[in-house]
Amino acid sequence: MNNPSSQPNGLNPQGRRAIEIVNAGLARRYRKERRFRLYGISAILASLLFLSFLFGSIISKGYSAFQQTFIQLDIFFDPAILSQESLSTANYPGIVKQSLRQMFPEVKSRQDKRMLYRLVSSGASFQIRQMVLDSPEMIGQTLQVWVIADDDIDMLEKGHFDLEAPEGERRIKDIQLAWVDRLKKESRIEKRFNRILFTAGDSREPELAGILGAVAGSFYTLLVTLLLSFPIGIASAVYLEEFATQNRWTDLIEVNINNLAAVPSIVFGLLGLAVFLNFFGLPRSAPLVGGLVLTLMTLPTIIIASRASLQSVPPSIREAALGIGASKMQMVTHHVLPLALPGILTGTIIGMARALGESAPLLMIGMVAFIVDVPGGFTDPSTVLPVQIFLWADSPERAFVERTSAATIVLLAFLIIMNASAVYLRKKFERRW
Amino acid sequence: MISPYMIFAAILLLTSGAYVIGRKRAFAVAGDRAGLMQMHSRPTYYGLLTAMWCGIPALVIFSAWSVFESGIITQLVIAGMPDSIRDLPPDRLNLIVNDIKNLVSGNIVSAEMNQTLRAAADHYRQLQAISSAALTVVVLALIMIATTMIMRAISPSLRARNQVETIIKWILIACSTIAIFTTIGILLSVLFEAIRFFEKISLTEFLFGLKWSPQMAIREDQVGSSGAFGAIPVFAGTLMISAIAMVVAVPIGLMSAIYLSEYANRRFRAIAKPLMEILAGIPTVVYGFFAALTVAPMIRDTGLGLGLDVSSESALAAGLVMGIMIIPFVSSLSDDVINAVPQAMRDGAYGLGATQSETVKQVVLPAALPGIVGGVLLAVSRAIGETMIVVMAAGLAANLTANPLKTVTTVTVQIVTLLVGDQEFDSPKTLAAFALGLVLFIATLILNVIALHVVRKYREQYE
Repeated sequence: MNNPSSQPNGLNPQGRRAIEIVNAGLARRYRKERRFRLYGISAILASLLFLSFLFGSIISKGYSAFQQTFIQLDIFFDPAILSQESLSTANYPGIVKQSLRQMFPEVKSRQDKRMLYRLVSSGASFQIRQMVLDSPEMIGQTLQVWVIADDDIDMLEKGHFDLEAPEGERRIKDIQLAWVDRLKKESRIEKRFNRILFTAGDSREPELAGILGAVAGSFYTLLVTLLLSFPIGIASAVYLEEFATQNRWTDLIEVNINNLAAVPSIVFGLLGLAVFLNFFGLPRSAPLVGGLVLTLMTLPTIIIASRASLQSVPPSIREAALGIGASKMQMVTHHVLPLALPGILTGTIIGMARALGESAPLLMIGMVAFIVDVPGGFTDPSTVLPVQIFLWADSPERAFVERTSAATIVLLAFLIIMNASAVYLRKKFERRW
Repeated sequence: MISPYMIFAAILLLTSGAYVIGRKRAFAVAGDRAGLMQMHSRPTYYGLLTAMWCGIPALVIFSAWSVFESGIITQLVIAGMPDSIRDLPPDRLNLIVNDIKNLVSGNIVSAEMNQTLRAAADHYRQLQAISSAALTVVVLALIMIATTMIMRAISPSLRARNQVETIIKWILIACSTIAIFTTIGILLSVLFEAIRFFEKISLTEFLFGLKWSPQMAIREDQVGSSGAFGAIPVFAGTLMISAIAMVVAVPIGLMSAIYLSEYANRRFRAIAKPLMEILAGIPTVVYGFFAALTVAPMIRDTGLGLGLDVSSESALAAGLVMGIMIIPFVSSLSDDVINAVPQAMRDGAYGLGATQSETVKQVVLPAALPGIVGGVLLAVSRAIGETMIVVMAAGLAANLTANPLKTVTTVTVQIVTLLVGDQEFDSPKTLAAFALGLVLFIATLILNVIALHVVRKYREQYE
């Protein structure tokens, strides 16, 4: 506080004591301190705000997709159309149209009729067809059937439709609104749980599009990734950590692993395109190739996590094993690996979660095609959940926005489950030596 | 017809069978307990050794066969076709080969079916059947020979454990070299195509040209699309979006790291840190969707309210969202380096009467600076290589502009647009994607090497 060499009385040249200068500045300095703290806390709050905004915007846009609008029609299973010989190829759209005409007999002009037919989805006729094929005895009867409404009607029911706009710019015309109102009065319109979203593949019609195909594609792709990257990752980590001597070669491997961990994922896609597709001639859009590319991408993550986990096993365990006559390999397989396994598993799950969310490299190897069928194997053309989100996000229909958000919610749910299990594993098996 | 899956399953089955026989054989050779003590290794190792001799060569042959099979069969089928087809230019020939393959797998064929095509498809099927039959025979013979040989070799003096361990060790070494092969694979695949690109477009035009419009004329007489491959606008767009991202991410990330490591108590830290790390775990496609659907319209509306002309695919939206994505990256890396600064340095500053913020600003941050810079460099390399956000939220038009409200394009967007969908493999348009990929790879590699070097050197300093 004072400076005895030059100013024995603690005075500075202006004749003030040092403590006075300090005190004079204290209020300013404390203000600065408080301000700095505030910056810090607001930075954290800002990122948490972004997080909640992101989740809020996606959930608020997507939750309604778990429900779907249905319209009740009185379907007359006309024996004239449904002859026994050609049940699978009969004119089912005609049956749907016929029942619509009967419900609205006042609609006469061709143009109005066409608009009337547009109330229900083109999937309705498939639904009728399935019903007839399942139980042909209903032919000749008139039954009340709930069929899927068109996506425009669905959006109208969910309140995503701008009724203020002039009629010419709207996808739903006034006359259709009147019909919908009448259906509503007769309580023939209802929202139900959207099973199609979880049981169908992709479709051009939003109301018929589902994520099952993408989920199956993700499953096969991740299975390939897991089967390859888990053993290979452990093997390289064990070699580098337990067997390798520090030399040029292992240094090279280490530098490579660290670099690969930071290489942009799209570059792995270029590798997959040039090597797996063009050089080895593997099939395009196949989960097998996707899995190979993602394996190369996740390997560094798994190797780094496994090495850290192996490092945390104390040397005394190794020495004890060697001391009672185990070979080095026995020491690793019997003692070190089992102890390091929880950490390795945690790293693997985190790597898998990253692979599940990855889409850029898969675009390069053709997993962006429009695929209606649910893939049934490793070489079937397929897409994955994130790519499905990407594809739907590009679609112009308003209903696809909702579907995209719903698919995102499903993807995020998978990721949260995976990461939560990783955290649980770590908490449960964490050991302090 | 024997499918590859069946052969693969058979190999696995026989391998586990070999383990059982090998183990039994060891017991048989030993005879009784006393004999067992005389064996060099425990019976399990004899079983493992047998299984390895049985499985490894068979699997190697199987995978090599699967890799080269279709190429060889295709060549044979082409050789068997009439001269008129064989002399077609390569791209036409490729189409025909594709048709044949579709025909074989029962898919829809684009061209009309004709006799030659159908004959070729039959030929293909026939060759496939021969090939898989031959593979089965070869694999089975190999398994049988190897297993009998090793069975006869099992004796008390066979050092089975050592052999097994040597084999495993070599497998471990092979696995660890995959990282090197991946790097080589990336370099070669990108480099080859990039060199082919630079044969058509000069390197200087690519690196310093100011106009990017990769649409090439498909026919000679088409108007207006000669293709221009000056990548400067693309690079500038990438840098601008990354810069916006860093402007968002660095202050927020750094300040949160400081608060978490210097001010926050344990409980706050235990809650806030994982929450922030959720941001890092969200898939980039979700960020892209968020940017395109929520942030971009919001920015446009705000801009319109202020009387500004904002493009609906503005660089600002993509950069902003990318910045949010990178926040946890910056924050966790800075957190690590700030925590690595020795407590003694802080105590020294407090002892001199510094407030906490003065300590942070004048002691901790300067001490941690190299590490923070390294972390920021890693974050920049992430931003440059980030794909989905910009593909979904940034535009395709390569404008050379400094206005963040305008549309710009990035390296990754161009790679995706050039390579997704139908491609012709010799056109500079497709090859340009690989040239851009090469630039991207080199740029991120340099950033990573510098960053890792800085971070590591810094860490050693305080250890």
